[in-house]
Amino acid sequence: MSLNRNRSFKFDWITIILFLLLVGFGWLNIISASSSGEITSYFDIDQRYGKQLVFILFTFVLIILVLSIEAKFYERFASIIYLVSILSLIGVFIFGKTINGATSWYNIGGFTLQPSEFAKFATALAVAKYISDLQTNIKTIKDQLKTALLIFVPAFLILLQNDAGSTIVYAAFFFVFYREGIPQIYLLLVLSIVILSVLSLKFSVLPTAIIVTILIFLHHFFLKKKKGTILNPIFISLICIAFSFGIQFFYSSVLQPHQQDRISLWLRLEKDPEKLEQMKRTILYNLHESEKAISSGGLTGKGFMEGTRTIGKFVPEQDTDYIFSTVGEEWGFLGSSLVVVLFVLLLIRILHLAELQKSQFSRIYGYSVASILFLHFMINVGMVMGLIPTIGIPLPFFSAGGSGLWGFTILLFIFIKLDSNRINEW
Amino acid sequence: MRKLLLFSIIILVGFTFIGRLFYLQVYNSKTYSLYEDNAIRKVFDYPKRGYVYDRNGELLVANQPSYDVMIIPREVEPLDTLEFCSLLKITKEDFKTKFQRAYTYSPRLPSPFVPQLSKADYAALQEKMRKYKGFYIQKRSLRDYQTTIGANVLGFIAEANQSEIAADSYYQMGDLIGKQGIETSYEKDLRGVKGVKFIQKDRFNRDIGPYKDGIFDTIPIAGHDVTVSIDAQLQAYGELLMQNKVGGIVAIEPSTGEILSLVSAPSYNPNLLVGRERSKNYTKLHNDSIHLPLIDKGLLRMHEPGSPFKSLVALTALQEGVLDVNTTVTCHHGYVYGRNGRKMACHCGGGVRNLNSGIAQSCNAYFATAYRKTIEKYDDASHAMDVWSSHIKSFGLGDYLGYDLTIGKKGNIPDGAYYDKWYPDFRWQATTTLSNAIGQGEVLVTPIQLANMTAAIANRGFYYTPHIIKSIEGKTIDTAYTTKHQTTIDKRHFEPVIEGLFDVYNKGTAHFLQVPGIEICGKTGTAENFTKIDGVRTQLTDHSIFIAFAPKDNPKIAIAVLVENGYFGARFAGRIASLMIEKYIKGSITRTDLEQWVMERTLEHEYDKPFSGKPFGINANSKIMLVEEYERLKKLEVNQSQTILK
Repeated sequence: MSLNRNRSFKFDWITIILFLLLVGFGWLNIISASSSGEITSYFDIDQRYGKQLVFILFTFVLIILVLSIEAKFYERFASIIYLVSILSLIGVFIFGKTINGATSWYNIGGFTLQPSEFAKFATALAVAKYISDLQTNIKTIKDQLKTALLIFVPAFLILLQNDAGSTIVYAAFFFVFYREGIPQIYLLLVLSIVILSVLSLKFSVLPTAIIVTILIFLHHFFLKKKKGTILNPIFISLICIAFSFGIQFFYSSVLQPHQQDRISLWLRLEKDPEKLEQMKRTILYNLHESEKAISSGGLTGKGFMEGTRTIGKFVPEQDTDYIFSTVGEEWGFLGSSLVVVLFVLLLIRILHLAELQKSQFSRIYGYSVASILFLHFMINVGMVMGLIPTIGIPLPFFSAGGSGLWGFTILLFIFIKLDSNRINEW
Repeated sequence: MRKLLLFSIIILVGFTFIGRLFYLQVYNSKTYSLYEDNAIRKVFDYPKRGYVYDRNGELLVANQPSYDVMIIPREVEPLDTLEFCSLLKITKEDFKTKFQRAYTYSPRLPSPFVPQLSKADYAALQEKMRKYKGFYIQKRSLRDYQTTIGANVLGFIAEANQSEIAADSYYQMGDLIGKQGIETSYEKDLRGVKGVKFIQKDRFNRDIGPYKDGIFDTIPIAGHDVTVSIDAQLQAYGELLMQNKVGGIVAIEPSTGEILSLVSAPSYNPNLLVGRERSKNYTKLHNDSIHLPLIDKGLLRMHEPGSPFKSLVALTALQEGVLDVNTTVTCHHGYVYGRNGRKMACHCGGGVRNLNSGIAQSCNAYFATAYRKTIEKYDDASHAMDVWSSHIKSFGLGDYLGYDLTIGKKGNIPDGAYYDKWYPDFRWQATTTLSNAIGQGEVLVTPIQLANMTAAIANRGFYYTPHIIKSIEGKTIDTAYTTKHQTTIDKRHFEPVIEGLFDVYNKGTAHFLQVPGIEICGKTGTAENFTKIDGVRTQLTDHSIFIAFAPKDNPKIAIAVLVENGYFGARFAGRIASLMIEKYIKGSITRTDLEQWVMERTLEHEYDKPFSGKPFGINANSKIMLVEEYERLKKLEVNQSQTILK
């Protein structure tokens, strides 16, 4: 608990400044997105931006708290934090409140708290703790499965809460595992799954199967130096074909209609222009409006509080998931590019610091932070600009809401604390 | 290597995002326009459309308020269609088709749903309007005609069509635009500039308030009032005289080129094309293929000029020096020419003709000679034809006149090249084209060209481009209408021709049309008239044509009259021209018998013939109907020629 002046300068100020810039700029955009063009008082608690300001101020309390706790605490208590977090996720099913169809909220004296936002750093701590344990060897299947379970439990609970978006974020840990040395075959597997899925859905099963089989055999006969039995390529091909069928089945029978539509639109599966137009107006309404808002910003934007589509609330959820469209409309290409650059800088800075860590725990945790933030950033901004299918997750530090902001802040500042302790590690 | 995976993906995603932003915001973005922003409601305030006055300050066209029910299809929410339809007095099927049409035009832009509600319908609807989301009422101003005349001149306004909207961004769906007459020609002056208010909407389409406190809002600018050169009384009188006949009257003030009256008969009451019945009435008028009320006969009817053209043939011959005032020609009831002794008939009575009696008696032989001499002056017939043609064209014939109404015909004045094309081996000469001498053959004119030609003769050699505008409030009129056009004929050649035209009234073919106290110069004309009926070229009853100007010195009015199938020139056109001149100069009519004769006569039976299948016989019916009149005139002409012979 020794937070003397000397120590305080060990904090990575670049990260902190990037964080402050993002939070500050985020708040400006929340003002635009949640007001109707007129501001009476920035501290008006009844308005979204007033509330958010309170959240932001409380964030600083959290930061001081996180930074003042001994760095070793996080490593020691990782398991307990994880367990508490899992319990809180389960508790939601008993005491929780349903908002927008997702049962993932606690209602505490008027404030709502979303435990899934806090589960992210808890999981990151647990993963870091488990992998850095001397007895764990991530290269063995057994430990791989155990670590996967650590992620699977919170992810599954969140999926049960009907919050598919937040579930996807747990995929971020793949980057961590890869960094920590899981076999290359996993990367190949993930790439294959992604490519096969897209191909199967876009061009249907049969052409995909034919192409993939031909490629596998070509590889077997012409590229592979050490030729094994002919059964290998046949076996792989069969798996691919089976997977192809599987994904087709998953798409048409497991996914809910609105999810199908999102994917169908993203992959341009619908050919009938009239139906497409109609889909754009209904399912894609949010995206359509958000793209239009961004486009209308032009090079320099319409200016703070001048976005006609923002003020008119044309983009639903504009202060939360679609906050980036406000940036696009009011700050234009210059402003939104700046936000992208700030995020990229922050992520690279965290990665850089993670690689500098002497303790494996800190490195893994830092890597988790970068991965989680990156996935949020990529999915959210990609979605708002129509690059990837609609998946509702917040933009870190930008989107309005207390739980999200606090969750991300704790996530980031635990790492800053760990990093500041680097010098003491050996 | 493993360290680089996430790093490179982050960089890649960063660049992808910036690229996408560049595509959306810079590369693919249109310049931002408030008008296209559907977050901003545009409320238009239409200004007063300029009034139209006649040359004497009489108000012809004013405005009345009208209310359009507008629709923005995307914003329409489920509604009680039964009630809505009954308020609008439409059926449910109408509702569906109208909605579909508006949707097809644009789901997000406003278009008129039910235009031009009456005040009573508006009052009933107004209170309930806010129940119907996606519909609103747009106030506009419609025309309120203070008169029933001059529909072809005054024109009308109607909703701008899609091509007009595409051509000028000022117009939106449902905006009114001039479609004919001065409403088209002076649209920009008359319409003014509409005002607009920008209102910020939210996504539920509720108004939040003025966009940026209204700094971009504009107030409407009223349209300019316009005074037309038409004399409403004369116009009304002309339309009265032309009742039951088809044709046109064009009267021009020679000293200015102002059009005093532009009668097209039959016409229609301009009030028919205002209000909710507009399109029904328009269709009815449009489908009347016998009378063609929407066609301005004064501007669009192309016909052979007939004898009035002889005055130009005479002027050309004088200018070219191939004859003088005293040159005489002996008429043997026709003009014989060519190796085979072809004969151009003449009804002047025969005898020795000079310029004066040639014009007065409209002697074909005299003008055939004059024309032939003009063409044969040059060795090369083609060149000679060019010379002749350019003289004639200097009177404004053979091309668009350039008046300020948007419709017209070129007419035709043949030149050398024209015949070279017809007779490719250049085997043609003056006699080949001899019909031109008497205003037939290949010569074609419109009534307004004839009137302008008459004005040029009246002015002794110049004219101003005819125009309908007299003044525009706060503006000067186009200098094109105040620029003198000189003909290629020397001034001195006009006097003898004008004397001839004067003698047409004095002792010639229009002798019986003299108006006491006014020295009128004129010329009768009869144009042959062919049409194809069931593929057979059939000659119909001739068109009656007359040109005149008065007074002889310092002329105040030049007029051309065309009465289709009216038979010989003096019969209808001559009478009407004389009455018009008397009306304009004296203000009242002394020869009421003549007036009564014109008003009572109808030519409807003529116009029915091609459709009823009744036999034509060339001009037979007219002859039987008016045989007495014909005989009387004939006798008069014979007497006249005998006096000259003596």
